[in-house]
Amino acid sequence: MATATTYGARDHARTQDGTRTEAMPVVPAGNWPTPPCEAGHLVWAETVAGGNYTHRVLARGTELRLTDLRGDACAHLLLYAADRPWERLNVADTVKVQWNAYLGEGRLLLSDQGRVLASVVADTSGRHDALCGTSTLVRNTRRYGDGTPQSASPAGRELFKLAAAKNGLAPRDLPPSLSFFQGVEVREDGALDFTGSAGPGGSVTLRAEQDVTVLIANVPHPADPRDDYISTPLEVLAWRAEPTKPGDPLWDAAPECRRAFLNTAEFLAARGLA
Amino acid sequence: MSTNTGTSTGTNTGTTVVPARAAWSSVVRAGETLTITDLHGNQAVDFLVYDAHDTAVRYSAPDTIHAQGGIFLTTGSVLLSNEHTPLMTVVADEVGRHDTVGGACSKESNTLRYGHHTWSQHACVDNFLAEGAQHGLGKRDLVSNVNWYMNVPVEKDGTLGIVDGLSAPGLTLTLRAERDVLVLVSNCPQINNPCNGFEPTAVEMTIGTAAHEDAA
Repeated sequence: MATATTYGARDHARTQDGTRTEAMPVVPAGNWPTPPCEAGHLVWAETVAGGNYTHRVLARGTELRLTDLRGDACAHLLLYAADRPWERLNVADTVKVQWNAYLGEGRLLLSDQGRVLASVVADTSGRHDALCGTSTLVRNTRRYGDGTPQSASPAGRELFKLAAAKNGLAPRDLPPSLSFFQGVEVREDGALDFTGSAGPGGSVTLRAEQDVTVLIANVPHPADPRDDYISTPLEVLAWRAEPTKPGDPLWDAAPECRRAFLNTAEFLAARGLA
Repeated sequence: MSTNTGTSTGTNTGTTVVPARAAWSSVVRAGETLTITDLHGNQAVDFLVYDAHDTAVRYSAPDTIHAQGGIFLTTGSVLLSNEHTPLMTVVADEVGRHDTVGGACSKESNTLRYGHHTWSQHACVDNFLAEGAQHGLGKRDLVSNVNWYMNVPVEKDGTLGIVDGLSAPGLTLTLRAERDVLVLVSNCPQINNPCNGFEPTAVEMTIGTAAHEDAA
């Protein structure tokens, strides 16, 4: 096709419409070929390439399922209250308040304001991490020769900076993050053992308990001991559902959880949002 | 908040006693040391550190934990920034274990941990906000912090908690600044857990001059 003219260039660009690749968002999400049975209405359907990132704002009650398609995805995650990004994921509070260093089904992802941003409603992986954060430019350059976003070995923090910028946030707004699908365990003496992945197909489902901005970087875990930068596609599906209500086992799982849900409910009620 | 906050916004020389529940801050120049003395024992010292010339570069608990392969700090531990660069190094420690995981108490998290009756109590995040504001730092600049003298073990099933401390009256630890850093401290006011023996007490901060390397 001749692209020497404006008309030819336009025609060439337009012939690409409908192209499918392995890693891409599907828009509208309802066109996703294999929607999960829980999904009444998909609102986000995307496959994130290894070494890439994505971000979205999700309404309260939306469920977000992350799936490690081939066993070498690692979903580094940050959460912010949408439109009020000064309320954000607090990893220290998340582990301290719930008396547990590990993430899994039933765990709440707490904000720095004593409220719930999201809850973990399902988990078939069990290999997650709240301690090691994500990778950095300095470290990836040392490990893999480069860590810039356009390189073959992008660092998680560099991708978070871009995702944050697209939501009006700066590097100062990047607190410690969580990671899913690649875990660590703590020994009695405090030393860490990297557990790696649970294998292909593991998934974790989060439920937004407020309107949240979600930043995701799919890059190797910083404790991954392999010499090569190995990062495989991450599937991201989200659908409309209901936020956690009183009476739900999650609500009363522990007194700390109950108070976190109560704080959240009262905050939303005062704003006229629930 | 206490009105007697022992605040400093410049480089301190010599020794400052930081009263129970108070905040403190200072620039520590590259090569200088900061010695923290737990005067009465079991006092948690909540601690944040920033590059003094670019406060967007600040202490990162996850980078520090990952780089040293463990969650406890002691002699030899390097406090890394969010850009994976060294900020300070623990050069001496009479206690043996300090916390990287628990973060700071806040009025909000206290309502979850203990109940809404704790709302009126002092909290470290308020200290950090008030003291940090003097250096142009705001809420977005607060991240997971070090808790010197606090003991937070993790069980096999992941259960963690603040338990009785390992410190004792007069024990010290010394940090060396690897670049010019701004140090922000909340002398933790927590009265609901064992981190302060349920009664906050004063600590002492001593900034020492740069140690000269032996030419030989």
